Amino acid sequence: MLLALLRRFGQMIFVMFGISVLVFLIFFVTPGADPAARIAGRNASPETLEAVRKSFGFDQPVWVQYLTMMKKLFVTQDLTSFVNRGWKVVPAVLDTIPVTLSLVIGAAILWVVFGMLVGLIAAATRGSWIDKLLMALGLVGCAMPVYWLGEMMNLVSQSRYHDTWLFSWVPPLGYKNLSDDPRGWFLTLVIPWFTLAILYIGLYGRVLRANLIEAMQEDYIRTARAKGLSETRILLRHALRTSLISFVTLFGLDFGALVGGAALLTEVVFGLQGVGKLTYDALQNLDLPVIMTTVIYASFFVVLANALVDVVYILIDPRVRSA
Amino acid sequence: MLEVRDLRISFRTEHGRVQAIDGVSFDVGESEILGVVGESGSGKTISLLAVMGLINDPNARIEGSIKLRGRELVGLEPREMRKLRGREIAMIFQDPMTAMTPVYTIGWQIAEQIMAHEKIGKAAALARAVDLLAEVNIPNPREAIHRFPHQLSGGMRQRAVIAMALSCNPALLIADEPTTALDVTVQAQILDLIRKLRRDHKSAVVFITHDMGVIAEMADRVMVMYSGRIVERGTKAEILLEPRHPYTRALLDSIPPLEGEKPKRLRSIPGSPPSLFDLPKGCSFAPRCPSRFERCAERPALEGGKHAAACFLKVAS
Ligand SMILES: Nc1ncnc2c1ncn2[C@@H]1O[C@H](COP(=O)(O)OP(=O)(O)O)[C@@H](O)[C@H]1O
Ligand code: SF4
Ligand SMILES: [Mg+2]
Repeated sequence: MLLALLRRFGQMIFVMFGISVLVFLIFFVTPGADPAARIAGRNASPETLEAVRKSFGFDQPVWVQYLTMMKKLFVTQDLTSFVNRGWKVVPAVLDTIPVTLSLVIGAAILWVVFGMLVGLIAAATRGSWIDKLLMALGLVGCAMPVYWLGEMMNLVSQSRYHDTWLFSWVPPLGYKNLSDDPRGWFLTLVIPWFTLAILYIGLYGRVLRANLIEAMQEDYIRTARAKGLSETRILLRHALRTSLISFVTLFGLDFGALVGGAALLTEVVFGLQGVGKLTYDALQNLDLPVIMTTVIYASFFVVLANALVDVVYILIDPRVRSA
Repeated sequence: MLEVRDLRISFRTEHGRVQAIDGVSFDVGESEILGVVGESGSGKTISLLAVMGLINDPNARIEGSIKLRGRELVGLEPREMRKLRGREIAMIFQDPMTAMTPVYTIGWQIAEQIMAHEKIGKAAALARAVDLLAEVNIPNPREAIHRFPHQLSGGMRQRAVIAMALSCNPALLIADEPTTALDVTVQAQILDLIRKLRRDHKSAVVFITHDMGVIAEMADRVMVMYSGRIVERGTKAEILLEPRHPYTRALLDSIPPLEGEKPKRLRSIPGSPPSLFDLPKGCSFAPRCPSRFERCAERPALEGGKHAAACFLKVAS
């Protein structure tokens, strides 16, 4: 167990290192990315440019610059933006994390619960109209662009029907701190949660349904029937456990990616200052320190999510334990 | 105790309806072992799955009558059937490697069956599971209940499956090729075990196999099946010593001798069973039968009282 943890940790360091090097290199070969020109301003004289280059260390070899940046990021934590001078990057990223985590965790709970319900109900009623309806709705959910769906939700809940009993509870867009205003936190997030979750419910339901139907063909299901168990029990206790592997794998990938910034569109539509929004803005003006910090943070979460998935595998299937 | 009368099972398929079981009738007496033998595809499994009420293919149609201690099982409410399954009738399947749910311990799975049929606490059910595992000669049963299926060898798993099947003392145990997937020494132990359990529990057993050698060891009475029909039935001695149907004789010729030198090649039955879509009009064994003659273009009925065969030859001999 300790060995596995250490291995995971080593893997995480390795992934974070690889990605940071990659980002660094891409940045330096990107045309027009010259940070000195950005910092010095549009009409800077060659002398100013040179001075900036020197004071920021851009005249040094790339690997020295890399090491300096890593030191500022991890050791002194005083890395500043190339674009907004003096803006400290690490606290800025740390500020966005609770926003993204609140959004993604809430949505994840919704899509896991509803995805599972959809998969179970569809598998139990396979071939019937209920099954077909659920699968069709799921497909619609997957196919809707989140940006569009979010805008529609806003249109309906913020303006059109905001004054009706149905949506009068919806607070204005923006994030409220959980610790300052738990009620506000919850209310502002309800609609974003559902918007983000709807994209995944159909997909997860479909995957689970396929795996359940496959599991129901297994020999041990016939044994379970021969034991005289009810169909519900067979589905929930015997077929579901072994069907969760793909579900969990998918969840690890999606959750890691979303926490790492892939919830960008949802964050933008609902005015949430999350990691995705921050990364997006930094990419717009090629702000390397910010990009670097968010990317490292994201890879940390991706690896963490994978490690959690491994733990869940072990809980689900004892065969993994002894392997 | 089990009376099956004129059982017919057909499936709707893309190429029309196939009659997989065509008018099968048989009885199983109290604590008797009925051997059911036939090549693969002859309908052994589905005819007994029908007894279990486990044919859930929506394209299947089941007709005829199956009575367990006088109670009609064909058309029985699913709820009622479920109460019988695992308590009155139990079934064990061919492959012990896949027969148990991989994610639960042996003890949990046995206890689950007991608790499905009896008002009993978990601890008491697990204690029963320990006793059952001891009864099927699993070493260290107290520890074995905490094992997962993949942690046991094939033979041990089949013992665990048998223990589970016996957990509610069923009146009838259906064993569908329980030793086919096991190696020879383990096979002999499992056969011994089933005989011993029959003595101790007084359960009747339907033993399905494609191996006449196993029939010779296990059965009291034998029923030989070919393409969905019974072609011969009788006591074990009758079938082994005075087989009447050419198919039975061909199956007997294919047993490897227990002693002496093994022949280089076993005589196997030439040809293969007919497709259910294209059954011969007359005797379905005719295309492969060495003694075929003109009358065989008609369908022979299963005749001859206790030792019956569906072949026109018996009249001649
Ligand atoms: N669900 C089904 N649909 C169509 N045909 C089936 C189905 N189940 C079994 N059969 C057919 O019934 C026949 C008997 O099968 P089975 O009882 O498994 O034979 P055995 O156990 O003797 O090997 C086979 O020819 C098989 O193709
Ligand atoms: S009825 Fe004819 S074809 Fe069929 S088994 Fe007897 S002899 Fe052979
Ligand atoms: Mg079979």
